[in-house]
Amino acid sequence: MIESIEFRLLSPEMIKKLAVVEITKPELYDIDGFPVEGGIMDPRLGVIDPGLRCRTCGARAGECPGHFGYIELVRPVIHVLHAKLIFNLLKTFCSSCGRYLGEDGKKKCPHCGEEQKKIKFEKPFTFREDGKNLTPVEIRERLEKIPDEDLEKIGFKGGRPEWLVLTVLPVPPVTMRPSITLESGDRSEDDLTHKLADIIKINQHLKDNIIIGAPDFIIDDLWELLQYHVATYFDNELAGVPQARHRSGRPLKTLSQRLKTKEGRFRHNLAGKRVNFSARTVISPDPFISINEVGVPVVIAKELTVPETVRKDNIEELKKLVRNADEWPGANYIIRPDGRRKRITKENAEEIAEEISEGYVVERHLLNGDVVLFNRQPSLHRMSMMAHRVRVTPWRTFTLNLCTTPPYNADFDGDEMNLHVPQSIEARTEAELLMEVQRHIRSPRFGGPIIGCKQDHISGNYLLTRKETRLTRSEAFELLCSIGVVPEIKKEKLSGKEVFSYILPEGLNIEFRAKACRGCRKCKKENCEYDCYVVIKNGKLKTGVIDAKAIGGESGRLIDSIEKNFGTEEAHRFIDRVSQLGILYLQKRGFTIGLDDFEISEDARKKISRHIESAKQEVKKLIEKYEKGEIEILPGLTEKQSLEMHILNTLKRVLDVSGEIVAADLPENEAVIMARSGARGGIVQLVQISGCVGQMTVFGERVHRGYRNRTLSHFRPGELSAEAHGFVTNSYKTGENIFEFFFDAMSGREGLMDKSLRTKHSGYMERRLMNALQDLRLEYDMTVRDNRKIIIQFLAGEDGIDPSKSDWGKLDVRMIAKNVVG
Amino acid sequence: MELPESIKKEVEAVCREMKLTESQKKKVYERVKEVYRKSMFEPGEAIGVVAAQSISEPATQMTMRTYHAAGAAQIQVTLGLPRLMEIFDARRTPSTPTMTIYLKKEYNNPEGAKKIVSLIRETRIEDLTSEVQVDVLNGKIEIILDPEKLSEAGLTSKDLAKILKEGKLSVRASEKKLSVSVETDELSELQRVKTKVLSTVVRGIKGVKQAVVSKKDGEWVINTLGSNLSKVMEIEGVDPTRTVSNDIHEVAKVLGIEAARSLIVQEASKTLEEQGLDVDIRHLLLVADTMTVDGVVKPIGRYGVAGAKGSVLARANFEETIKHLTQAAVSGEVDRLESIVENVMINQVVPIGTGMFELIFKPPRGKK
Repeated sequence: MIESIEFRLLSPEMIKKLAVVEITKPELYDIDGFPVEGGIMDPRLGVIDPGLRCRTCGARAGECPGHFGYIELVRPVIHVLHAKLIFNLLKTFCSSCGRYLGEDGKKKCPHCGEEQKKIKFEKPFTFREDGKNLTPVEIRERLEKIPDEDLEKIGFKGGRPEWLVLTVLPVPPVTMRPSITLESGDRSEDDLTHKLADIIKINQHLKDNIIIGAPDFIIDDLWELLQYHVATYFDNELAGVPQARHRSGRPLKTLSQRLKTKEGRFRHNLAGKRVNFSARTVISPDPFISINEVGVPVVIAKELTVPETVRKDNIEELKKLVRNADEWPGANYIIRPDGRRKRITKENAEEIAEEISEGYVVERHLLNGDVVLFNRQPSLHRMSMMAHRVRVTPWRTFTLNLCTTPPYNADFDGDEMNLHVPQSIEARTEAELLMEVQRHIRSPRFGGPIIGCKQDHISGNYLLTRKETRLTRSEAFELLCSIGVVPEIKKEKLSGKEVFSYILPEGLNIEFRAKACRGCRKCKKENCEYDCYVVIKNGKLKTGVIDAKAIGGESGRLIDSIEKNFGTEEAHRFIDRVSQLGILYLQKRGFTIGLDDFEISEDARKKISRHIESAKQEVKKLIEKYEKGEIEILPGLTEKQSLEMHILNTLKRVLDVSGEIVAADLPENEAVIMARSGARGGIVQLVQISGCVGQMTVFGERVHRGYRNRTLSHFRPGELSAEAHGFVTNSYKTGENIFEFFFDAMSGREGLMDKSLRTKHSGYMERRLMNALQDLRLEYDMTVRDNRKIIIQFLAGEDGIDPSKSDWGKLDVRMIAKNVVG
Repeated sequence: MELPESIKKEVEAVCREMKLTESQKKKVYERVKEVYRKSMFEPGEAIGVVAAQSISEPATQMTMRTYHAAGAAQIQVTLGLPRLMEIFDARRTPSTPTMTIYLKKEYNNPEGAKKIVSLIRETRIEDLTSEVQVDVLNGKIEIILDPEKLSEAGLTSKDLAKILKEGKLSVRASEKKLSVSVETDELSELQRVKTKVLSTVVRGIKGVKQAVVSKKDGEWVINTLGSNLSKVMEIEGVDPTRTVSNDIHEVAKVLGIEAARSLIVQEASKTLEEQGLDVDIRHLLLVADTMTVDGVVKPIGRYGVAGAKGSVLARANFEETIKHLTQAAVSGEVDRLESIVENVMINQVVPIGTGMFELIFKPPRGKK
C-alpha cells in the first residue's frame, strides 16, 4: 500500500542520476529505421514495440515502465511554470548577499546594505532590472546565493531555488510518448517527441555557434529560441507566446495540456477509470419482474462472467457449467491454481470438467440471482446506481420494473443503461447489503419513498379501490392469485377495498388525505363524500381511495408507512404486488382515452368564452387607465411595469377560473381519472386541451420580443392588448391560430433553452459541492469530520438522525406514542 | 444513548397533550429511544457526498429565471439556481441584497412603519431635482430643485447645501436652486463633480434603494432593496433582534459567524422551498457548517473549501491542476493520501464507509 506521495523539485544531479542515457541527437531513426543511439527514441528509454525486450531492464513491452534520459542544456533557461515564483524570489532576496529582505522587499538590504534595484517581470519569462535584461545565468547566480535558512522561512522546502532555472532537462521515457505506425507503414510521432526534437536541434545549434564564437546577437537569439521551445514544452497555452504547432497547423499537446482539464490525465484517467465486466444496452419495461430484478439478455449473460472458486459443495455444479461451455448457462475460462488461464471451448469442455478440483477458479456465465450493479447517467445521486438480481432473458434489451424508473430518472424512449458485475465476494456482499433496490426505497434527500407506483399502477388501484367497485369471488381470486397472494375468500361479492386489503400487511394503521382530496373547507374525515380520506385499520382499507398520495413515487404515504413499520422486505413485496394489482385490474376493466374525453358542454364553453371576453375587457380598461396615467402604481415599479403586472395577473386568472369550469363540467372519464388520481397530467392540461390555453410567457413576462414596438407585423406598433402579447384564447382542441401558435412556440422554446442552460450550471455546482464535501465522514463518536480530522458537526445533522431512515426528516413521536398506548 | 434535546421536548409535549401516565410515558421514552437508535446515521457514512447529491440533484430541476417579485411586497429578488449558486459561492455582494426589517411594538403599525421607511430609504439630490445645468465657462453646476419633492422629503435647499459642504464643495443655496462652483476648466472634471453631487445621499441610509411595507403574520414588516444592516439596527423603532439581511458577508460582519451560518441554511432552504423542492435541512446544515467552520465564510469552490484541501492530488484534480502541482513541488508538500480522490487515483480503498477500517484481523486457518 502506498502511504504517501512527496512532491519535490528535481536537482540537475538527480535528473542525471535518474537518466539512463544522455540525449544529444535530434534524429529519431537511422536510414534502416532503427532508433538512433543517443536520439530521442533511444532503445534504452524503454520498449513500445511488442516482441522486443528493453535494453535497460530486459522486460517486455507493457511490463517495462520506461526509463528517463536527459538533455544537457548549453545555456540555462527559466522554468516557465515557476517564472512567477522566480520573480518573487528576486524581489524579496538581496541581489548581492542573497539574504531575505523582509516581506515588503526593502529598498536597502538590512544585511549588507546593498541598494536594491527595481526588477520587472514581463510574462512569460523575461526579467528586467532597470531596463536591462537579466539572463537566466545571472538569475541562477542570484538564486544560488540564497541561504537555506532563509528559504525555510518562506516555506520553500522542495529543494534549491536555482533548480528553477534549468540546466538539465529530463527526457521522458518512450512509454509515455509512444509512436504509432500508420497503415502506410509511416511512423507518426507523439507531440512530446516533436517538441523534444526541436529542443535538441536548437540546443545543438546554440552549442555549435558558441564554439565557433558567433556574434553575441546570434547567440542571444538562439538562446531566446531555446527558452521558447523549453517553455512551450511545459505549457503550450502560455499567454503572449505563439503556440508551437504541428505541421498540419494543429497546436501541439505538451505536458500541461496532458494533465489539465476534463480530458486531461487527472480527471479523465486518474479520477475516472474504465472497467471490465460491464455491459450497456437499451432498456425496456417489464412490470412482472420484481423491483430488485433486472432482465439481462443471454448474449450479455454469456459475455459477463463471475469468478467462482471451486469448493467441495459447488464442484458438481461448476463441472456442469464447464461442460456447457459457451451454451448458457456455461463458463468461459478456468484459472488453474498456478494462475494460468484457459479458455473453455466445446472441444475441450469435457477435458477441463474432469481436470478441475478444489482451488481452481471457474469464470462462469451470469446466472439468475447474481448480484449486479445497474446504473443510468447522469448519476446524480446514489440511487442512480443500485444492485439488482439478474434474470436472464432471451431478448436484446435490459428490462426493469417501472417502479424503479424514478430513482434512475429513466424512460423507455431509447434510454440506455449500464450493468457491472462485481468480481469479489467482498464486492458482492457490499452490493447486496448496501446497494440493493429495496434499501433505497427511502431517499436520503427528503426522507420519503422515491420508489413507487406510476401511471397505470395508480389509475388501476384508484379504480379498484373506488366505492362502487365490486368483484365476484372468482374475479377477486384470479386477480390476487396472479400477483402471488393466495387468499381465503368466503364472500360471493367483494368490494375493491376488500381486495386491496389482502396485500396490506396485518397490523398496519394509518390515516391520511388522498391526492383526490378537494380541499373542502371542513374535512369530514371518514365521512368524506368524495371518499378521499384514507383510513387503514389493522391492515384493512376502511375508507378512501388509493392514489398517487398513497403509492406514488416521491409521495407514497402507504409505502412510507410500510417501509417504516414492517421493514424494507415487506415494502419491497408490497410495491411489487400493488403495481401488478393495478395493471391487472386495468386489464380486466379496460382503460382508454380519446378526444371525446375532452369534450365539454356547450354551456361550459360559453361560460369560458364569456370569461375570456370579460378579462380582455378588463385589460382594455387597464390600458386606457394607463394611457390616462391613472394606473395604480405598484411600489418599486414604473407605470409600464405596473401595467404589465396588472395585465398578467388578470390574464393568469383566466386559466384558474376556466379550470374550475372545466373541472365541474367534465364527466368522470378516463382523462379526468388520471388527473385526479395523480397518475398522469393535471387539471391544467385538461383545461388547455378543452378550455383555453392561456397566457404564454417568456422570461416571466408577456411576450414582448419580435419587431420594434410590436411582437408581429400584424399588430399595430405599441399595441398592448392581450392578443398582441401572447394570450391564447383557443384550446388545443379547437386549435390555435397562427399568432397563437407562434407565441406558444416561443414559450416552448424558452423552456428548452432554459433546460439546457440549467444542466450546465447545476452540473458545475454539483462538482464543486462534491469536491468540498466528499471527504466528510461520520466517525464512531458521531461527529462529522473532514480529512484533517477537524470537527464539522458534533452530532451529525444536529440530532444524529439519518434522513433516509426518518419520516420526512423527523422522528414521528406522536405515531410512536399512539402505537405504545394503543 | 441520550436523546437529543429537540426530541426530548417533543416527547414531553406529546405526552402532556395525550395525558399519559408516568408509566406510559416511560414506555414511550423507551420506544422512542429504540426508534431513535435505529434512525441514526451509521459510522463511516459518506455524509458529505449524500448532502452534495441531495442538494444538486433537485437543482437540475430549478428554473434559471432570475427575478421574481417576492410576494405582495414587490421587491425583486434573485431566485432559483442563480440564487443557490450565489449562496454557496458566498459572493461578496449578492445580486439583490435585501433586508427584512421587523419593528418594535410602538412602531408596529402602518404609520410607524412609514415613518421608518422615510428614515431609511435613501434620497439622493437627483431625486429632488427637476433640472441640472452645467456652466462650463464659470465652472458652475446649477441644480434646480423641485419644491414639491423637497417639501415631501421635509428638506430645504439649505439642508442640502449643508450636506454638500461636508463633502468639501463650495455651494451657494437659494430657495429653489443650488449652485456648486468648481475650480477647474476641464469638462470631464465638471462632469465628475456633477455625478458626485447628484448621487449624494441627503436622507436615509446609504445603499437602501427601496423600502416597502407589508403585513406578514399580523405584523408590519419592511422589505428593502439594498442592505446596510448595522445602520438600520441603530434606528429607533427597529427591532434589532429579528431584523435580517440576505447578505451573508454583511451578516457575518455585523452579527457574527453563527448568524451567517444560520443565514446560509435559511436562505438556501427558502430558495429550494420556493421552487417546490423537498430537501432535508440536515444537508443544508452540513454545507453551512463546512462553509463556516474556520470562523470566516468560505465559498464552496476553488477559492474556498475545495481549494483549501490538504491533499495536493485532490486539489489538482479539482481545478488549476498545474498551479497546484508546481506549488506543491516548490514547498515540498507531502500527500498523505488520507481522503477520497487520491486513493481513487492510485487504486486503493477509499477511507470512507466500509473502507474506513485500518485494522484487519485475519484469523489463523482452522485445522481439524
